Amino acid sequence: MKHFIKSLAVATALISVVGTGSFASEPQKGGTLITGLAQTPRHLNPAVQSGVVTGAPGAQLFAAPLRYDEDWTPRPYLAKSWEVSEDGLSVTLKLVEGAKFHDGQPITSEDVAFSVKTIQENHPFKSMFAPVQSVETPDANTAVLKLSKPHPALLLAMSSQLMPIIPKHVYGDGQDPKTHPQNSENVVGSGPFRLVEFKRDEHVILERNPDYFMEGLPHLDRIVMRIIKDPSARAIALENGELHMSTFENTVRNIERLKKADGVTATPEGYAAIGALDWLAFNTKAGPLADKRVRQAIAYAIDKNFILNAIMLGNAQEAKGPIHPGSPLADQTLPGYEVDLDKANALLDEAGFPMKDGKRFDTSINFGWPSVKPQAEYVKQALKQVGIEVEVRASADFPTWAKTISNHEFDMTIDTVFNWGDPVIGVHRTYSSDNIKKGVIWSNTQQYENSRVDELMEAAGREPDSEKRAALYKEFQQIVAEELPVYWLNTLPYHTVYNDKVGNPPLGIWASSSPMDKVYLKSE
Amino acid sequence: MTILIPVAQRILYAILLLVAVLVLNFTMLHLAPGDIADTISQSMGGADADTMAQIRSDYGLDQPFLVQLGSYISRVLTFDLGYSYFYNQPVTTLIFEKLPATLLLVFTAQIVALIIGVVLGVISAKNPNGITSHFVTLLALFGYAAPVFWTGILLLIAFSLKIPLFPVAGMSDVTVEGGWFIRALDVAHHLVLPVVTLSTIFFALYSRLCRASMIEVLGSDYVRTAKAKGLSEFEITYKHALKNSLSPVVTLAGLQFSAVVSGAVLVETVFSWPGLGSLALQSIIARDTPTILGILFFSALVVIIGNLLTDFVLRLIDPRLRGRA
Repeated sequence: MKHFIKSLAVATALISVVGTGSFASEPQKGGTLITGLAQTPRHLNPAVQSGVVTGAPGAQLFAAPLRYDEDWTPRPYLAKSWEVSEDGLSVTLKLVEGAKFHDGQPITSEDVAFSVKTIQENHPFKSMFAPVQSVETPDANTAVLKLSKPHPALLLAMSSQLMPIIPKHVYGDGQDPKTHPQNSENVVGSGPFRLVEFKRDEHVILERNPDYFMEGLPHLDRIVMRIIKDPSARAIALENGELHMSTFENTVRNIERLKKADGVTATPEGYAAIGALDWLAFNTKAGPLADKRVRQAIAYAIDKNFILNAIMLGNAQEAKGPIHPGSPLADQTLPGYEVDLDKANALLDEAGFPMKDGKRFDTSINFGWPSVKPQAEYVKQALKQVGIEVEVRASADFPTWAKTISNHEFDMTIDTVFNWGDPVIGVHRTYSSDNIKKGVIWSNTQQYENSRVDELMEAAGREPDSEKRAALYKEFQQIVAEELPVYWLNTLPYHTVYNDKVGNPPLGIWASSSPMDKVYLKSE
Repeated sequence: MTILIPVAQRILYAILLLVAVLVLNFTMLHLAPGDIADTISQSMGGADADTMAQIRSDYGLDQPFLVQLGSYISRVLTFDLGYSYFYNQPVTTLIFEKLPATLLLVFTAQIVALIIGVVLGVISAKNPNGITSHFVTLLALFGYAAPVFWTGILLLIAFSLKIPLFPVAGMSDVTVEGGWFIRALDVAHHLVLPVVTLSTIFFALYSRLCRASMIEVLGSDYVRTAKAKGLSEFEITYKHALKNSLSPVVTLAGLQFSAVVSGAVLVETVFSWPGLGSLALQSIIARDTPTILGILFFSALVVIIGNLLTDFVLRLIDPRLRGRA
C-alpha cells in the first residue's frame, strides 16, 4: 500500500511536470526579445530600400497584404482574401476592416495604390510590379491591381520584405520617399510593432502596437534589435544570453561553436525565399571561357564536397542550378557535375586547349569580399590539376569588385546572388540577354545569351498554371545547367540562432524579414 | 605672451594644412574605382541601370571632378560638411552623434595608459635589470605586439563568456532604467573591456619611453647632486627626475591623438562601441564620400589641435622651450 502511494505520488508529479511542460509551450504574453543585427540599416522603410537589414525591422513596422510560413503558401495578412481573375489580368485584394496605421488613421485601398506606385518608382527590383498598370480602388477596403499580363510572381512579392503598405497621408506629402525623414524616425506603419527609437550603430527598439489588426497578437511587449557588427562578438553574446536570437548568421566557425553551446539552437531553416547562392561566374564572351566545354570541364574539376565539407563545414547545401534548392520551382532532378578529371581533361582537349608542359592556359578569378576567399583559393587549386593556371585577384572592397565585374573586365569571379522569392525577381536578371547592362552589378554580367532561355523565362513569368510554370522553369534550369554561364556552388550557410527561451522563432521562408508577431518568450 | 606668438603662427599653418588635407583626401577618394551607387545597390541586393544613374545624379557624381571638388571645398569653408549618401543625414550630425562615445573611450584609455605606463616605466627604470623590469618589458612588448582585435576577442571570451563579468557589446543596456547615476554606472560597466583593450597598445609605448628616458635622467649630474644633498629617494625620483623625463612621453601622447580615429576603429568594431571609428569603417565600406571626408577632416582637426596642445603643455612643463618657434 505504501508502495502504491509512493508510485501514485511519482505519477502525479510526472503528470504535473508534463502538464506544466505543455502549458509552457503555449505562447506567453509580454517580455522583451533581444535580437542581433549585423549592420546598421540605411533606414527602416522597405518600400524604398531592399535588403534584409532593413527587412528585419521593416517587417515589424509595416504590414503587407500577404504572409508566408514554411510552405510557400500565401496566407491572409492585411488582405483577408485575394482573388486572381480568370484571365490573370486583375488581382483583387479585400483588406481587413478596421485596420489602422500606428497614428490611428484607417488603412484603405488608397494606401495600397500609393504603396504600389511608390515601390514601382523607387524600389530597385523593377520586375516585381512591372506588369502592374494601375490599382483601382472601388471602395475603401478593395484594391484591384490591373496587370498588362498574368504575373504569378505577384503573390510572393506581396510579402513584408517587398511590399510594405505605407500610409499615403505620411509618405505622400510631396517629399522624396527615398529620403523621407520618417523612414528613420516617427515611422508610421501598420505592423505588429511601433518604433520607439532607432540609433545608428546601436539599436532599433520596437514596442507592441496595441491596435494591431490581428487579434491577440503580438505576444512580445518589445523587440530590441542590437546592432553588433562583429560576428564573433554576436556569437559570444548569443552564448552568454545577452542576445536571445540572431538571424542571417553565416560565419561557419561561429555556427559550429554555437551548435555545441548549451541552451542555444542553430538552424538553417527559413532562408528559402531569400535564396542566397554562392557561384562561380564566367565571362562567356572572352577567352577560353567563351567555350561551353571549357566551363563544363571546370565544373568537372571542382569537388563540391570539398567546398561543402571543408569550407562550409557541412553548414550549407549544394546548389545545382539557378534556383535555390528550397524553392518549389527548383529542379531537383538536375544531375550536377560529379568530380571527374578525365572528363575535364577530355573536354579541354576537345575545346582546343592541349596540355603543354603541364599547362593549358592562364586565367583569373576575382572575389570581392573576404567570406568567399576560400572558394576562390580552392578553385585555383582544383583547376591546377587539369592544367588551368588561375590567378586569384582580391578586390579592395565591394565597389572596386563591382566596377571590374560589371564592366565585364574579368574571367571568373565568385559571386553571391539572392533569388528574392520568385525567379522573376532574382533569377531572370542573371540569364536574360536583355539584361546585359554594362556598369550594373548583378545584371547579366556573364553576357550569356540564349534565345530559348529568354523565351522560357518570359513564358514562365506569365504562366498562371503552377504545374505548367514549373515545367517551363525546369527546361530553363536544364539548359543553363548544361551551358553553365555560372557554376553554382552552394547555398549561403545562413543560420538562425536562438536560445531556449524563444518560442516560435521566425523560420518561415522569409526568415526575420517576416512579421514576428507570433514570437514569444518563455518564462522560466 | 612668449608662449602665444609661436602658437598663433602654428594656427595659420594648421589652417593651410587642413585645406591641403581636404583636397588630397577628396582626390584620392575620387581615384578609387566604384562609388556609392555600387554600395547602395549592394545593400539593396541589386539595382537596375536607371536606379544607379538616378543615384549618381542625385549626389552630383555625374559632374566633372573639378566641379565636385570646388563645390565641396567651398561648402566646407562655410562649415557645411554635406549630407551622408548612405544615411541621408547631415555629416556634422552623424559626427557629433558619435564623437562623445569615442572621446570617452579614447581619453579614458589614454589616461589609464599614461598613468600605468609612467608608473611602470619609473619602477622598471629604478632597477633596469631587476625581475620587475623584465616583467614590465615583457608585458609592454606583448601589449604592443598583440593585434587589438585579438586582445579584444580574448578579453570577451574570458570576461563575458567564461566569467561573465562584463557585457559583450554596446555602450549601454537599453533595459536598464534609472537615474543618471545608474546610467553612468551602466556605461562605466560597458567601458571596462574596451578601455583595457585600447590601453594595452598605448601603455606599452608609454612605459617603454618613460623607462628609457628615466634611465637617462637618473644617470645625470643633477640627480647625483640631489642625492648628495641628501634628498629622499621619493623626492629625487618623482620631483626631479620624472619631471625632466616626462617631455618625450607628453610629446608622444600628443601624437597619439591621431589614434582617436585609427586605433579606436578596431576596438569599436569588436565591442560594438557606437563611436566615430565604427562610423568611419562603415562609411569607408559604403564609399560614403562626404562622411569619410568629414571624419578625415575632423581627425585632421583633432590631430592639429592635439599638437598645438602638446606644444603648449611642453612649454608649460619645460621653461627652456618658451620663446622658441
